[in-house]
Amino acid sequence: MIKTDIAVIGGGPAGICAAIDAAASGARVLLIDRNSQLGGQLIKQTHMFFGSQKQHASKRGIDIPGILAEEMKKYQDKIEVMLDATVLGLYEDWVLTVEQNGKYKKIAPRAIVVATGASERFPAFPNNDLPGIYGAGAVQTLMNVYGVLPGESVFMVGAGNIGLIVSYQLLQAGVKVKGVICRSPKYGGYAVHASKIRRMGVPIMPQHRVIYAHGKEKLERITLIKLDENKKEIPGTEFDIETDVLCISTGLTPLGELLWQIGCEMKFIRELSGHVPIRNEEMETSIPGIFVAGDVAGIEEASSAMVEGRLAGLCCAKRLGFVNPDFDELKQDYLKQLHDLRSGPEGDTIRKGLAKIVI
Amino acid sequence: MRIESHPILTFKKGRKVKFTYNGKEMEGYEGEPIAAALHAQGVKVLGYSPNRHRPRGFYCAIGNCSSCLMVVNGKPNVRTCVEKLTEGMVVETQRGKGDLK
Repeated sequence: MIKTDIAVIGGGPAGICAAIDAAASGARVLLIDRNSQLGGQLIKQTHMFFGSQKQHASKRGIDIPGILAEEMKKYQDKIEVMLDATVLGLYEDWVLTVEQNGKYKKIAPRAIVVATGASERFPAFPNNDLPGIYGAGAVQTLMNVYGVLPGESVFMVGAGNIGLIVSYQLLQAGVKVKGVICRSPKYGGYAVHASKIRRMGVPIMPQHRVIYAHGKEKLERITLIKLDENKKEIPGTEFDIETDVLCISTGLTPLGELLWQIGCEMKFIRELSGHVPIRNEEMETSIPGIFVAGDVAGIEEASSAMVEGRLAGLCCAKRLGFVNPDFDELKQDYLKQLHDLRSGPEGDTIRKGLAKIVI
Repeated sequence: MRIESHPILTFKKGRKVKFTYNGKEMEGYEGEPIAAALHAQGVKVLGYSPNRHRPRGFYCAIGNCSSCLMVVNGKPNVRTCVEKLTEGMVVETQRGKGDLK
């Protein structure tokens, strides 16, 4: 049995920041991640970030894990990192079970920050399981982490920020992007990302959906249909497009299995893209000592995930009696950063969602 | 296909290693996921589903979805999107649930 003050599950932007702030407050932290390197999905984000300096705005996502690792070094006597380690379960006696390099390990933490992130959603249409149909994240991983092209031409489903950004990254890597569709009358991502790919000749086609994928062993062709303003299909408007890759970026949903297992009170919040835990402003769930941060608490951006991580780490340490001398100041700063990131019309949905879940 | 030049990224590759895919000798870079090495050589079908025998490729690339399961060194259900390639690996298409030998 491995003992620690705080176990942080997930070493993405939220988890790393939680570990740093918990350690800075004096707690011993075990940071667990199933990958071989920390950084979560940041390691494939080649675009520059928005937000303010405090969340590393105008830095590329791929450079942020290095910056955070540098900061983590200051607390290396407090933070232990466990890589290639998958958390399998979180039990009522607060034992975490972990698989690492084929070995089964048990961890007994006094408090936990769950920062497990999200998984990709998948739209339903016939043959949506054909090889050649990939999640947008997978295309990014293949292309930006391993330097392998997904195929010759790509059609993108979903025009939120991920869909638009990945389309641009495909163009950068030399892949033809045949088009981007979304169901709504207007694309969902930022205008700056949409303009970039439009300038490079990629059509953004609102009010369309995929109704069929064709191919024997792998994808060859897709059938699209036009939708009216209410997202209802218009019969007779079907047409085909040839493509060997269909990239799906229809959103993410929180990976909350461990929270369900331990019995945190969960609620379905559409605005936060799935079931998320009820929590207070300090990111503590309905079970005292279990905190959350990042996408598992509701789908948002990496910038807010980092701030949520810091807030959760700070408050989780305090819960165990490790009170940072600047606790009040830091907490107010993090809350203000989150408030600023979520202000304006872009933050409307998130604010509505949070109003239903933060108690 | 591999990306030869990229405006932002440079790719750190491991040493070249040989492995077999359904008995055929192939090359990849040590430490990259098996599925990436296969994909670079045009192999998109990694297995067939247990009940309806539908072809399976990879989908999530981060070990979430289990679409990329293959038989590696005789062991079935290996998530090839996260399992790292090593010298002399024996990689085979998985049909169905796989058998433990």
